[in-house]
Amino acid sequence: MSKELLFKYVLTLGDDALILGQRLSQWVYKGPFLEEDIALSNISLDMFGRANLFLEYAASLKGSTTTADDLAFKRNEREFSNHILCEQPNGNFANTMARQFFLDAFYKLFFEKLAESEDEQLSAIAQKSIKETTYHFRHSSKWVIRLGDGTAESHEKMQSAIDNLWMFTDELFEMNEVDNNMLTQKIGVDCLTIKAKWDQIIDEVLSEATLKRPENIHMTSGGREGIHTEHLGHLLSDMQYLQRAYPDAEW
Amino acid sequence: MGHFLPSNHSSKANTLTMSAVQETAFQEKIDAELKIEAKDWMPDKYRLHLIRQISQHAHSEVIGMQPEGNWITRAPSLRSKMVLIAKVQDEAGHGLYLYSATETLGITRSELIEQLQMGKAKYSSIFNYPTLTWADMGAIGWLVDGAAIVNQQSLRRTSYGPYSRAMIRICKEESFHQRQGYEIMSKMSNGTTEQQEMAQDALNRWWWPSLMMFGPADSESAHTSNAMKWKIKRGTNDDLRQLFIDRTVKQAELIGLEIPDPDLKWNPKTKHYDFGEIDWEEFWEVVNGNGFCNKERINNHIKARSEGQWVREAALAYSEKKQNGV
Amino acid sequence: MSNNNLPTWEVFIQPKTGASFEHAGNVHASDKEMALQNARELYTRRQEGTCIWVVKTEDIVSSNPEDQQSFFDPADDKLYRYPTFFKVSKKAKGL
Repeated sequence: MSKELLFKYVLTLGDDALILGQRLSQWVYKGPFLEEDIALSNISLDMFGRANLFLEYAASLKGSTTTADDLAFKRNEREFSNHILCEQPNGNFANTMARQFFLDAFYKLFFEKLAESEDEQLSAIAQKSIKETTYHFRHSSKWVIRLGDGTAESHEKMQSAIDNLWMFTDELFEMNEVDNNMLTQKIGVDCLTIKAKWDQIIDEVLSEATLKRPENIHMTSGGREGIHTEHLGHLLSDMQYLQRAYPDAEW
Repeated sequence: MGHFLPSNHSSKANTLTMSAVQETAFQEKIDAELKIEAKDWMPDKYRLHLIRQISQHAHSEVIGMQPEGNWITRAPSLRSKMVLIAKVQDEAGHGLYLYSATETLGITRSELIEQLQMGKAKYSSIFNYPTLTWADMGAIGWLVDGAAIVNQQSLRRTSYGPYSRAMIRICKEESFHQRQGYEIMSKMSNGTTEQQEMAQDALNRWWWPSLMMFGPADSESAHTSNAMKWKIKRGTNDDLRQLFIDRTVKQAELIGLEIPDPDLKWNPKTKHYDFGEIDWEEFWEVVNGNGFCNKERINNHIKARSEGQWVREAALAYSEKKQNGV
Repeated sequence: MSNNNLPTWEVFIQPKTGASFEHAGNVHASDKEMALQNARELYTRRQEGTCIWVVKTEDIVSSNPEDQQSFFDPADDKLYRYPTFFKVSKKAKGL
């Protein structure tokens, strides 16, 4: 039972990294200038590296012959438990940076806590991830500031990106049955306790960026239970195409 | 004392006799295998040749991101996805090393990009062919990068310092690219029947365009003679093409793929492979813009660049505000 | 025209601790922090460095090729700057 819960817990971490990495990889050759193209690819690579570690761990908990690739390429929409924010389309550069900024701020705090996990594997992956996320956060928060405090056009685009994605941010801090169980076992993170710190970081950056924190927005969630926006299905059908079309092939 | 880089394109101020003396000194330096640096005197034609060649090389790296970028989201495993992203990312990096080298000649990246988008500057025609199956990722890495490496290795000894240094850096990084492609091909040619068919089909489609990458035959090439005299190019088109063919034939045999050329045969006298006639009509069609993907590649480039304009403007505006203490 | 350019910065990489910084090439960036980040993305993808310097291209001053003789030739008759200029007994150790 406990192994099944740990599997679910690790799977969400893997799915978040996988889906976000896939989204970022869609920027390749489309960035606002070449240097930024490389930066986005680098973050994408970090995400796939992290997805690989979490999914390998998850696969090992599943036992039998399951591999990380099986988990990535052979599950359906309803079996993915990533946060909905990760699957949101890239939109324009401001949308991508807003999504990244919310998640980087969250994961920076999350991994600091997860590094203290009594599960050695999770703790090791978290420690590696802290370094990456620290850099990602510098990158995304600085862009939120540049765009927020840049031109009138960029300010408007950045503000609307923040407003449009805000509805998905509460889900990051929800504690379900799996989370509570992991917390009791000193394996998982208490997301409620990092919420205040997250709010503070967001407020500081938004204020420097001359942007407004959205208010009275109806919050949406469900990703952890496999209830996603319609975007995920398209992302998966693209990503899983070869594995699905040629199930007997090895690549 | 002066700027780090030359500020103008040419040396028109020089009198005729002065430039004749300088040109002799310049050629002596080249003949002695000394490198020319950004601020050194150079003939206008040398400068223009370099700008054309290096920027064409840079544009090829950048446009070359598209056919492979086409498969990143569909890569069939986490490993192959990471490898492909890293490879395409290297191409962006190599484009930047080369733009950086071109910028030492007194031209900006925006001017170069403008030339590309207006069709005044070329890029390698190979990237105007479509990538239709995953095996194309193998064929591109193995054949296209393989051909590029032959060319690039020879260019490490090019006479212009910044170009040579960029090439050294690129060659160091490029070595994994060909292996990545060959690995895909060999996995597929040892895989299911469908995979084997895809692999052979990819080789069939990419083989001849790869041979065309070395450019027209030496007897037809307009730029070769000056480029060789100035040691910008260090090997002729035909020599480099032959080197590539000799290397590749054995690699194909090893993984059981057949090179689509009935005339391909080992020649014990020359100790090289003889090969069939290249379809130069097709080559010139694609060079002149009538390839399968020419328009799409440029349109994608224009789209990305124009969609990024507000971002670049915002970054500049922000930086100005901060400098002015706002 | 949509081709506005960001300013160029020259990048210097220290390959390992204790080594001299080497010029690597340039990057485009609108501010210092972006220049540093872009240099990191572009020139250290394979752990090539332990430290990076970036400096605006326009702020670098260079000697000119035509100054080469007046700058560097006057040093060629000052052999006393090299240890081999001095004749010392082979018995004297540690010099």
